[in-house]
Amino acid sequence: MTISANKSGVSTGSTADGQVERTDLVTLTIDGIEVSVPKGTLVIRAAEQVGVQIPRFCDHPLLAPVGACRQCLVEVALPGPDGEPRTMMGPPGRVKPQASCTLAASDGMVVNTQVSSPIADKAQQGVMEQLLINHPLDCPVCDKGGECPLQNQAMSNGRGESRFVESKRTFPKPINISAQVLLDRERCVLCARCTRFSEQIAGDPFIALIERGALQQVGIYEKEPFESYFSGNTIQICPVGALTSAAYRFRARPFDLVSTPSVAEHDACGSAIRVDHRRGKVVRRLSGEDPQVNEEWITDKDRFAFTYARQADRLTHPLVRDEETGELRAASWPEAFIVAARGLRAAGPVGVLTGGRLTVEDAYAYAKFARVALGTNDIDFRARAHSPEEEAFLASTVAGSGLGVTFEDLERANKVVLAGLEPEDEAGTVFLRLRKAARKGLKVWSVAPYTSRGLAKMHGTLIRTAPGDEAAALEALANDGEVALDSGGILLLGERLASVPGALSAALALAGTTGARLAWVPRRAGDRGAVEAGCLPTLLPGGRPVDDASARVDIGTVWGTTIGHEPGRDATGIVAAAMSGDLGGLLVAGVDPDDTADPAATRAAVEAASFVVSLELRETDVTRAADVVFPVATVAEKAGTFLTWEGRPRPFEKVLVESHALPDLRVLSGIADELGAGLGFKTVEGARAELAEIGPWDGARVAAPVSDSTTRGGSATGGDGLRLATWKQMIDDGSMLDGDDYLKATGRAAVALVSAATLAGLGVQAGANVTLTGPTGAATVPVGVADVADGVVWLPANSDGINVNRDLGASAGTTVSIEGGAA
Amino acid sequence: MTVLTPVLSANWDTERSWTLEAYERSGGYEALKTALGMEPAALVELVKDSGLRGRGGAGFPTGLKWGFIPQDNPNPKYLVVNADESEPGTCKDIPLMMASPHTLVEGVIISSFAIRAHTAFIYVRGEVLHVIRRLQRAVQEAYLAGHLGKDIHGSGYDLDVIVHAGAGAYICGEETALLDSLEGRRGQPRLRPPFPAVAGLYASPTVINNVESIATVPSIVTNGPDWFSAMGTEKSKGMTLYSLSGHVTRPGQFEAPLGITLRELLDLAGGVREGHELKFWTPGGSSTPLLTAEHLDVPLDYEAVGAAGSMLGTKALQIFDDTTCVVRAVLRWTEFYKHESCGKCTPCREGTWWLVQTLARLEKGEGSEADLEQILDQCDNILGRSFCALADGAVSPISSSIQYFRDEYVAHFEHGGCPFDHARSTLFAPAGVTA
Repeated sequence: MTISANKSGVSTGSTADGQVERTDLVTLTIDGIEVSVPKGTLVIRAAEQVGVQIPRFCDHPLLAPVGACRQCLVEVALPGPDGEPRTMMGPPGRVKPQASCTLAASDGMVVNTQVSSPIADKAQQGVMEQLLINHPLDCPVCDKGGECPLQNQAMSNGRGESRFVESKRTFPKPINISAQVLLDRERCVLCARCTRFSEQIAGDPFIALIERGALQQVGIYEKEPFESYFSGNTIQICPVGALTSAAYRFRARPFDLVSTPSVAEHDACGSAIRVDHRRGKVVRRLSGEDPQVNEEWITDKDRFAFTYARQADRLTHPLVRDEETGELRAASWPEAFIVAARGLRAAGPVGVLTGGRLTVEDAYAYAKFARVALGTNDIDFRARAHSPEEEAFLASTVAGSGLGVTFEDLERANKVVLAGLEPEDEAGTVFLRLRKAARKGLKVWSVAPYTSRGLAKMHGTLIRTAPGDEAAALEALANDGEVALDSGGILLLGERLASVPGALSAALALAGTTGARLAWVPRRAGDRGAVEAGCLPTLLPGGRPVDDASARVDIGTVWGTTIGHEPGRDATGIVAAAMSGDLGGLLVAGVDPDDTADPAATRAAVEAASFVVSLELRETDVTRAADVVFPVATVAEKAGTFLTWEGRPRPFEKVLVESHALPDLRVLSGIADELGAGLGFKTVEGARAELAEIGPWDGARVAAPVSDSTTRGGSATGGDGLRLATWKQMIDDGSMLDGDDYLKATGRAAVALVSAATLAGLGVQAGANVTLTGPTGAATVPVGVADVADGVVWLPANSDGINVNRDLGASAGTTVSIEGGAA
Repeated sequence: MTVLTPVLSANWDTERSWTLEAYERSGGYEALKTALGMEPAALVELVKDSGLRGRGGAGFPTGLKWGFIPQDNPNPKYLVVNADESEPGTCKDIPLMMASPHTLVEGVIISSFAIRAHTAFIYVRGEVLHVIRRLQRAVQEAYLAGHLGKDIHGSGYDLDVIVHAGAGAYICGEETALLDSLEGRRGQPRLRPPFPAVAGLYASPTVINNVESIATVPSIVTNGPDWFSAMGTEKSKGMTLYSLSGHVTRPGQFEAPLGITLRELLDLAGGVREGHELKFWTPGGSSTPLLTAEHLDVPLDYEAVGAAGSMLGTKALQIFDDTTCVVRAVLRWTEFYKHESCGKCTPCREGTWWLVQTLARLEKGEGSEADLEQILDQCDNILGRSFCALADGAVSPISSSIQYFRDEYVAHFEHGGCPFDHARSTLFAPAGVTA
């Protein structure tokens, strides 16, 4: 029998962009079966091609081979000078089985695995017996029991009864290697997958093997805690139950769980995950496998942050404001629909704020509801600083552009320039892919205030830029011979550039002059989908410009209505209009006022509006002030689609099938029906079908924003103040992390970072407290030194109880003052 | 009868033999001057022609190893001397460095010149502080005398030598673990390929040689390859240091041509402890399978000892007389290997852990012949299955002792414990003493 990809000796594989890759093949024989595999393929994986599973522990396809566990030993013969295979021997007179996880297949090699070689089988049985002598028999209480590679392979490749009658090695159990990750040392088989992952993939080598012999163990260094955003992956790839999470430990047996593939909701990367639930409750999430997106890794936020869905303040039934008491009271769904519809109709013009976490289907429902039921283009998903320039950028460059730069493109790029984007905090999967590529030679530059830990781990180079100066920095890159951006390069732009006048225009110009490709990497899972769905005052679904008559006709035909040609108000305009009374009503999805450009104004607008309808998961300042509140489904409780930053649709189905929670689109449909302007769909499938019918816009696009240095915001640092640089750390005080205190404890502490010169001027030592004062308030935090420019201070946007927006009234670029000592 | 051929040890009895002055008085550093006048490639050929084989245990041809260094590799080349002598019973490199450190230093300079290395490291076992001090002083003296540093003796050749003290792990004698340790990492063996000759220290071409191999090089330069290959046997050329220890009248280092027999060496050393018979011995440290009195006439070269079922190893001849309990001796060795297993791979880490417990049980007489079959099977599952050769060494004493002394194991079971009086086997106890 022969298995070969191609008789001509080359395999052909299609890459994402349709190019055909040619690979040299080698032909070997495994258990009597001839197989051709690409040169460099390890024997253990070549064997998988012929359907032979060689047992293994330390081997992992995404980690460098190590050959430590010796479980995958096979008998190997190599062709001698006469072409006849010669079995690899040693010590003298003995066949020496080889570790198939470190041995590359070669032409003429003859491999006999446990299937056909008694020697290989005995070697494997021997190693398995050795692994088990010091392994506790606590499978019945071990989290891994039932899904354990050691348990499974001990059954398939081990003896039924142990010959070991002596004493097992024991350790006090368990110990924390981080707040979230626990280690039961006696269960560990020392395969070093966790330490190799941390070093090779995450770049956080804060765990390492220590001691020696059978006392070898995974250890930590107390002064450098295992604070990795990716630590949960070590638990998943642990082939035994040595690593467990504090959150899941002893919570469930794997065979009692229902597993459903899904998509992570915490950033714009759309990582494949597996959600395990039992009796209507999600008990854990694991990384899914998707080579095109997240490979086999997810962030700790994607893994552990799911308990927000069952906090005490979760909304469970509709609320309406009682006319007599003025208090919110429980209401039936029909009553709430009627009250909401009546109120919205009576309120006069209504603005719609949707936030960045909606699925494409839900975002589409809001976009259609605004136009069809409310007759307005006053809709904006941006619950953050934004600008008309950004709108033009999104309309001209992002909306309707389909799949653009992809994760795999990042690996193929010759250089990547980041601007206004900190991938480790804001798009963890992008970070991992960039780091992987950087280890193979990709050059990364970052237009950023300082060399972050993430940038250092990508071996990246800082283009030191004070917040507000990004546009100038990007302009300068066009003539930067060192970066020498060309058509093999990629520009990744974060959403923070929206707050820097001219930055997005400068990025577009840079891409134009250098030929580099460009992608927008927003922070939230629903951002890109909201752009495509039409949750912008100037854009209809599919990237259709509101001010384009044929685009309006296009959509109007599907919707059976006419669409106003006046571009609507953006979020800032909606807030201002609600405060001034120009807008009477507000329809608000998941928006936290503290995220918005002006938290106080947003709160005031919600207060000022005569009628507010809120669709929310949990009680917030908005729901408390609203007139009607509708509870909506979390991602686990509904089907939907997220669009990744690449523009890749990531559909997912409902995980908690028994949940009765309604997705936003079903609620909107109910209100719309009462308004007499039905949405035309009540289900996710219905919305999907309509979206598919609409398709992307193929007409004229909005012109790209152009800005020159004269219209750009000034970069003068005024007076004694420092310019604030800030962004949200991945694990911070965000409400989506509520409920898992172990996870929160792995977050990075808030530290104000200044230059050495600035610190010297403060008269305090690093680590001492300083007080930062912004336009509306002050906060006290420890100070640290980084390579930030003089005159700049960096502070995480929402960590350790300090919300920069809320507490200082400041955002990136704001001038703040700093002084030593507590406030 | 083979006679002793002191070359490396020739100056050990001179006054303050470890000083540069004493070394130069006996002709030291003359070979260096000769070597610096030669082409590096010619030196490699010279050592190849001499037939010198690695004295660290494996016996790999030294010149061939040097020839593997890719001279077109743009990275620096390194010479690393393995002076981490830790094998139980082995005691040749440390006396050599103690008595005549300059022999090694001169060898290092010539060898580095031959492979075009400009930095050389001597990785010394950390416990032998006195030796480290002598080596450091010798290197300092060599610098002061112009044997080291920039433009050595006007040749244009630069070399720096760094004496590095290990921290006392046996595994660091394994050459790739030594490299990791030298780089500041935990000493654990590396995956090969790449081999050190291609990507060794700091991922650069590296030659790693035993102390004795390098120390032998000056004598070959001085006397020529024919002189060297005239000594020894057909495939095991030259003279070497044999260390006799244990139940022998005059223990010590005996420098003789390869191929001498233990019977001859014992004659030179005054025989086995008076009043006793030879029971068993190791040809090259505890990692080489035991031999017995029937092997007294086996020529001690790589081939003949291999044919006898053991390995020449480090030529550390540990002599045990009839007062020794072989089970107890093997248990002690096994405890050493368990303690020194680095933990990287399963067979060594878990296997030695298990072997110690099994052997301890057998030594207490708590076992049966079935246990012997089981422990042999445990050894079978370790030998050749581990990442490096440490575990191969660990099982050698067990399987060979059962091969030659199965009855003694059985005697433990029948006796319900060890039938030996352990006090009698101690060297400090007068013969005939009872516990």
